[in-house]
Amino acid sequence: MADVVRGPPSQMFSGFMVHAWIIATVVALVGGAIGFFVVMRGSAFVAHAIPNGSFAGAAAASVVGVSTLLGLGVFSLGGALGIGLLARRGRRDVATALTLVFMLGLGALFVSFSVEDESSVTSLLFGEVLGISSNELWPTLVLAVVCLSALAVLWRPLLLASVLPESAHRVDPFKIELAFLVLVALATTMTVPVVGTTLIFSLMIGPPAAARSFTARPGLALVLSVVIAVLVVWGAIALSYQTYWPIGFFVGSFSACAYTLGRIWAFAAPRLGSRALLAAQS
Amino acid sequence: MQAVWHAIVEPGFFASSQVQLAATIGGVVAIVTAGVGVFTVMRGQSFAGEALGDIGAAGGSSAYLVGAAPLWGFVASSIVAAGAMELVGIQRTRGRDLATGIVLGVGFGLTALFLYLTTTASSATGAPIVILFGSLFGISSSSLPLVLALSAVTAGILIVLYRPLMLVSVSPELAAARGIPVRPVGVAYLIALALAVALAADTIGAILSTALLVGPAATALRVTTRPHRALLVAAGIALACTWLGILLAYDSYYWPHHGWPVSFFIVTLVLACYLASGLKGRGRRRARAA
Repeated sequence: MADVVRGPPSQMFSGFMVHAWIIATVVALVGGAIGFFVVMRGSAFVAHAIPNGSFAGAAAASVVGVSTLLGLGVFSLGGALGIGLLARRGRRDVATALTLVFMLGLGALFVSFSVEDESSVTSLLFGEVLGISSNELWPTLVLAVVCLSALAVLWRPLLLASVLPESAHRVDPFKIELAFLVLVALATTMTVPVVGTTLIFSLMIGPPAAARSFTARPGLALVLSVVIAVLVVWGAIALSYQTYWPIGFFVGSFSACAYTLGRIWAFAAPRLGSRALLAAQS
Repeated sequence: MQAVWHAIVEPGFFASSQVQLAATIGGVVAIVTAGVGVFTVMRGQSFAGEALGDIGAAGGSSAYLVGAAPLWGFVASSIVAAGAMELVGIQRTRGRDLATGIVLGVGFGLTALFLYLTTTASSATGAPIVILFGSLFGISSSSLPLVLALSAVTAGILIVLYRPLMLVSVSPELAAARGIPVRPVGVAYLIALALAVALAADTIGAILSTALLVGPAATALRVTTRPHRALLVAAGIALACTWLGILLAYDSYYWPHHGWPVSFFIVTLVLACYLASGLKGRGRRRARAA
């Protein structure tokens, strides 16, 4: 964790730090965009469960000796399908909770098998964006492109099914839910090896929730959500670089701040607006 | 017969004081947690329970930092988190999971920070693993009175509030019409939830406490629709899964990779119960249709 050599603030944009900035920006783009649907569909629990549970995949990969990316991919897709299928019969939150704890239980088992030290466990859970090498860069970029194109293709049906679940006659809600879960799984696979599970969860909740308090228009909310996510991540990297504290801490706090600002805005704006209107009329 | 028995239960299982302690603490915690869990599942607040467990990890790791027993940290932080969730509006169904998610995000961040400070500031290596995944066999007997006291408090809240809480959970509107103070009852329930999750986090690990909370309760509510029968069934399933998990973990010392984690067995058994109850329900429905 702390073995990454950090220079003075003037070197914040040089050398290995360039990778960190690129990766974090890409992760924020994807997280902010998918998070828009997470918030819209009320799927915060799923957005927590898939990244968190997929950590078992990384542990399994280290036991079997395959690449972390493969392990994460298999487990996050498996988790997504598990949640989707279990939720068909029975409560959705129960299905999500049980899928999550089962994956975590497997993770506990694999961690006890593996010989790796625990700092790799904590860095998977809480992220270490400052130690990214250039071979980790490419898979992330490719998966980000796949994610964003899938989102673009699914934009209309997903939006329709999320806003008006009853009126979407032509799309099967189960298929839409599965497609959405797979999207979250893809985003997980791409982000967890580089930034950890905490970070992507915070990014999928805070910024989009804030964006929706600022505007009710879907397109604008999506753009705003991505912008807030990118700002949150940039601020977090800069402070993490300065303080040596884990980046997940800053991302979590900034996301909550953005959400609080959004709530204050949603509370104050109509009142201020009507007062201004009254003042103009009198 | 003797040989079969010894193949299932390793010799010395019942005589081991470590096993006796784990079975006592695990059993008490399992029963209390499953009881609270029935209300959690009925109210659709599984995510809140999961989030409280994760946030409890922040408290558990900060307790390491100041050198206190992790259980105190778990209890303090999950009660604070329950308060924060109440403030951001967990009682409203709309936007409830957002409120939970925001609080969870902050909690995760704090966990990351405290674990980082713990591993750098002190020599307490292994702390992250113990906090996150728990170890029922590692509990010291000195924590027994505290666990029992907190379990009694939690069970007491449930018993005192049983009827109003049941009504509020089934139908908040009806409860309000009958003059039951819905919000205070909800707050009291959240405190019970926070205590139960803290207890479970201390025994089977912060990120696995949800298994005991949600699994047995969801299974019980699939098997029966009567509230007190559901409570009994949930407690029974939780107790059975915990004890069987302890037994299997003890046996696993002779399996490859020596000594599998207790938490893994408990979680797997809980999930198996839930899946089995689904099969039973489907069979009954098919029989009725035929």
